[in-house]
Amino acid sequence: MPVGTIAISRRRALLGAGGLLMAAMVPQGSLRATTRIVEDQTGPFAPNAFVRIAPDGSITLILPNVEMGQGIYTGEAMLIAEELDVGLDQIQIEAAPPDDAYITKALGTEATGGSTSTIATWTSLREAGAVARTLLVRAAANRWMVDPASCQTEAGMVRHGPTGRTLTYGELAVEAAALPVPTSPVALRDPSTFRLIGHAQHRLDGPAKVAGTATFGIDIRQPDMKFGTVAACPVMGGVLLHVDDSAARKIPGVREVLTIGNAVCVVGDHFWAARKGLEALEITWDEGVNSTVSTETVYRGLHEALQGPAIVAHTKGDAKGAIAGAATRVEAVYQQPLLAHAPMEPINCTVHVTAERCDIWVGTQVPMRARDAAAEVTGLPKDKVFLHNQYIGGGFGRRLEHEYVTQAVQFARQVAYPLKIVWSREEDLALDRYRPAYVDHLVGGLDAHGKLVGLSHRIVGPAVVARWAPEALLPNGVDDDLLAATVETPYAIPAMFLDYARREAPGVVTAWWRGVGGTRGVFVIESFIDELAASAKVDPVEFRRRMTGDHPRARAVLDLAAEKAEWGSKLPEGVGRGVALQYVFGSYLATVMEVELSQMGTVRVRRAVVAVDCGRVVNPDQVVSQIEGGLIFGLSAALFNEVTLEKGRVQEKNFNTYRVLRMNESPAIEVHLIDSTEDPGGIGETGTAAAAAAAANAMAAATGRRYRRLPLTGVQA
Amino acid sequence: MLTLQVNGAAHQVDVPDDMPLLWVLRDVLGLPGTKFGCGIGECGACTVHVDGKAVRACSLPASLVGDRPVTTIEGLAEDEVATEVTKAWLDIDVVQCGYCQPGQIMAAIALLKSNLHPSDDEIDQAMSGNICRCGTYRRIRAAIRNVAGAV
Amino acid sequence: MSRPSIMRLGRRAAGMAVLAGMVLTCVAARAQDADLARRGAYLEQAADCEVCHTKPGGIPFAGGRAFDLPGIGTIYAPNITPDRETGIGRYTDAQFDAAVRRGVAPGWRHLYPVMPYASYARMTEGDVRAIRAYLMTLRPVHAPAPANQVRFPYNIRFAMIGWNLLYRPSGPLADDPGRSAAWNRGRYLVDAAGHCGECHSPRNMLQALSVTKSYAGAPIDGWLAYNISSDVDSGIGAWSDPQLAAYLSTGHADGRGTAVGPMAEVVSHSLRYLTPEDIAAMVTYLRSLPARRSEETVGVVSPETLAQAGPNHSNGGRLFAGACAGCHLTDGHGRQVDFAALWGARSLGEIDGRNLVRTMVEGVTLQSAHGAMIMPAFGPEYRNQDLADIANYAIGHFGNRVGHVTAEDVAAARAGVPPS
Repeated sequence: MPVGTIAISRRRALLGAGGLLMAAMVPQGSLRATTRIVEDQTGPFAPNAFVRIAPDGSITLILPNVEMGQGIYTGEAMLIAEELDVGLDQIQIEAAPPDDAYITKALGTEATGGSTSTIATWTSLREAGAVARTLLVRAAANRWMVDPASCQTEAGMVRHGPTGRTLTYGELAVEAAALPVPTSPVALRDPSTFRLIGHAQHRLDGPAKVAGTATFGIDIRQPDMKFGTVAACPVMGGVLLHVDDSAARKIPGVREVLTIGNAVCVVGDHFWAARKGLEALEITWDEGVNSTVSTETVYRGLHEALQGPAIVAHTKGDAKGAIAGAATRVEAVYQQPLLAHAPMEPINCTVHVTAERCDIWVGTQVPMRARDAAAEVTGLPKDKVFLHNQYIGGGFGRRLEHEYVTQAVQFARQVAYPLKIVWSREEDLALDRYRPAYVDHLVGGLDAHGKLVGLSHRIVGPAVVARWAPEALLPNGVDDDLLAATVETPYAIPAMFLDYARREAPGVVTAWWRGVGGTRGVFVIESFIDELAASAKVDPVEFRRRMTGDHPRARAVLDLAAEKAEWGSKLPEGVGRGVALQYVFGSYLATVMEVELSQMGTVRVRRAVVAVDCGRVVNPDQVVSQIEGGLIFGLSAALFNEVTLEKGRVQEKNFNTYRVLRMNESPAIEVHLIDSTEDPGGIGETGTAAAAAAAANAMAAATGRRYRRLPLTGVQA
Repeated sequence: MLTLQVNGAAHQVDVPDDMPLLWVLRDVLGLPGTKFGCGIGECGACTVHVDGKAVRACSLPASLVGDRPVTTIEGLAEDEVATEVTKAWLDIDVVQCGYCQPGQIMAAIALLKSNLHPSDDEIDQAMSGNICRCGTYRRIRAAIRNVAGAV
Repeated sequence: MSRPSIMRLGRRAAGMAVLAGMVLTCVAARAQDADLARRGAYLEQAADCEVCHTKPGGIPFAGGRAFDLPGIGTIYAPNITPDRETGIGRYTDAQFDAAVRRGVAPGWRHLYPVMPYASYARMTEGDVRAIRAYLMTLRPVHAPAPANQVRFPYNIRFAMIGWNLLYRPSGPLADDPGRSAAWNRGRYLVDAAGHCGECHSPRNMLQALSVTKSYAGAPIDGWLAYNISSDVDSGIGAWSDPQLAAYLSTGHADGRGTAVGPMAEVVSHSLRYLTPEDIAAMVTYLRSLPARRSEETVGVVSPETLAQAGPNHSNGGRLFAGACAGCHLTDGHGRQVDFAALWGARSLGEIDGRNLVRTMVEGVTLQSAHGAMIMPAFGPEYRNQDLADIANYAIGHFGNRVGHVTAEDVAAARAGVPPS
């Protein structure tokens, strides 16, 4: 908890000047006023890494997590503002720079991902606001020479109750800055008195985003900036042998052709010149060892590892014995494909390298890693690398990677001007880092009453964590991301055995993808639970309900979803209804989906009903929004998507080959929130995790056959 | 040298004949509200109005625009329907990452100007060419319906 | 690098080479050569050598493009750059002429009539010499063509001698004095240099072009080359002169759709470079072709009628609104560019959707004065049934016909698409 420390040297260096820097006045009054996104605001009153108040009255909240659609700027601002006692219309917000103060402990670095933001900041940001408010009250009490206990705060000012005198936070900033920061914890508000938390607030980024004025990384413009676009070796691990740029250099507007070990960048007066120049290059690659990898290679490797050695990841009781003695044995193998992120904003990064400093404008989920990479490439000290984090036009895990920042700095250090590199959509898809393909084998035993007595499960696939955060790989070699939804379930399973055969995917780099282990795990487990229920001849909801003994919150969402979806009611011919129940990211979800299959086999998801218990809710409408969007994101992948490889090259290049669910294919979605006073769970990825299992189970209900391979509309085993 | 009428002003630009309007807007005229998503007319992020019709700026060579007026998300200030649309978007918090939303909004305005009371089917028909990876479709549809009710 | 852009650069470079030559010594002779090469550059475009002598993504004129002839085998177009070992660098004018107009390469190697020498035989010797002069200005590229894989008895090159006796014209046709100069020029461009009949006329049992059904349309390489005779219903009899001229010179005519597949290549690399006079001459000649009735007819639906249709709830209609309507508006107009206007398009009148499906799975690149007009190819995440549904919707909506496209048709078209 960084309260009481100011660990930001850059800011501190600027503090002296802060009082003199006149920030523009924040629009006051209308709740729909545009919240300004600012950078490098300073103020004499900076009691911690999250709050700045200047004498001009400007109140800046520095938000540790980056906004990529999940509404976190609004949610985190609400946490601080609740305790600071300011209105959301009184603040401006700033994306946190790379700094230790903003590290997300669960992720080991400054990072936004894994649905951790609200869980991680639920207490710390409220404390940050409370500390600031405490100091402002003390400053006012000192000026008035009254007991702080006789003062209250409201809407950015301190009021002395008995006399009615008021002082704004701005008027108190200089004095508050002189006070020592409390070392003992400050009291937080009783949740029953929350003004903001739990009450739907409009998104702070909404006005700028609908006006088209929100600046994404791709929108950055710097004086004398030029535009670059890149072709990297389409086969992973390949290197550049030769490039003939004679034709490219003749294209009007092309300025330079830059090379690094495995990529070429054409720089032009605008993206179009750069793109035309790139197309005119004749590039010779040494494609290296991966030039023969195909999708077949990937799946074959995974299926082969269903036999042979594996690491025991989890045991409970004697699962194998229980299965051996079971009345019925159920067995299934599930296969999931490589997936691309394909956010709407293609990969981009703007960099200006000079002898003294390096400035980077980019949307990143890992600002500190990106900065450190730039320092390494340029040889500049880290404090001479300035990373300006921007709105992200869809992250989904893609921007937990920073290799494109490294690449951009490698190119930009070769030129004197600021260089904005934008990848084409084709480059974005073909050079993505992919959600791994997995194969899972499950065996379950049912007793004579149709009750699950033991579950044996092998997971085969890469360990993403081993590359992304090697120190987080469990000592036994298991990627604990794979335990999500498989070990941590909403069920009481009497005996369980889980082992893991690690097989890294040849020819691609694998990475985090929305829902991470939850998305892959829920599909497998919830498909298999359905298969068990079918084998036991028990209704799928009832089968699950019987297993939720230790998890009343799970049972509550299951019952609510079933009720709202009219589970059991008659459906038209060709329509099936499926359910999925999950406990991932600290939240419980039950999803009931209706899917229609035409006689020709085309699939249409008609309706989804979701019941959610994610603990205490910060901004309820944004929880709903995340579930709606997460489901649709998950459905695109579940129904359509599969990244394929031929001769080591990814074949999916744009939205004509990597299909995205569209408005007229999207189901009606109802989300029902359960009131809860438990600590918040994560929500940004839960809808995505639910999608494939609920859809697969609905399709199975409609046709009587199982769908064990994703994507669901692809060729089935 | 081309002369383009953008957001009510004439701009002289010296660009190649095959350069799509999108890049002229973003990189030459400095109007970044219109977004690059796919470059092949499949996602709608670059939707602008040409002569009041919603078109994909990524697939329209600027040299084919002629003297038809171009309106981007930055040029909507005076427009009554646009005001209602953005208000409807904000009222129900449509946006998530927001990247596709200028294109969605431009498509919605063009739809509403030709059909102020579209049915859900008509909304789907007009809007399904615009991809949203965050999955805000349900809210977009609702916001368009709400505009129809408001005007 | 994309072929079209290389091509343009190639042309530009060639043009500069030509100009550069002019300032050297022997000014007069060089100027003559340069004139010849410049004339040859235009004739090469009219004869469209490049499109066949360039493999997909390859260096222009360096050959390697494969031609799969059902039942016969695979034939590879040779390198026609001036490379001395693998190209035409050592050819004399006479040898070049023999290859182009008689189908006999040096060493008495008889060419297969996939090389349209039966059409080129009607070109004049002077024009062929000019084409060689142009090709000799290109950058030599060392690129041996892969060996042809031809089955018996077609692998016996001498067998071609008999074929030639039967079907190869003996020489250029003399101008018909009873016809206008434009007609005669048009005939030269259509029948000889442009070799239009090679695709648009059916072939007989021995792969020779049918005389009785000339220009009545024919299947080629999985596509249907349309009937371009003057038949009103199944040919181009109903097209106006401006429509025909626009289609030839740009690949698009309002109310007639846009060239796709091989025809898009022909427009991209050949027809769009022809002068308005030559295009007009072609129109004049095409108008005079005898009417040949064939099965495919188009039910042209006007944009006004199309605009009346409400949203379509079929799978194909929904998919069209999502994946296609970004460029193809449902009222038949193009959203961004006229090239995407679908109303009246021939491909939407074929109920088996042959060209339509092929276009969806293969995409289109049509070069224009405003850059490449590109339709993306739809990959397997659009399932076979999905594309069949889109095709049937489009045939019904735009073509006023009941489409019969099946998932199997789409699978077959996909199987025929060469890897990118």
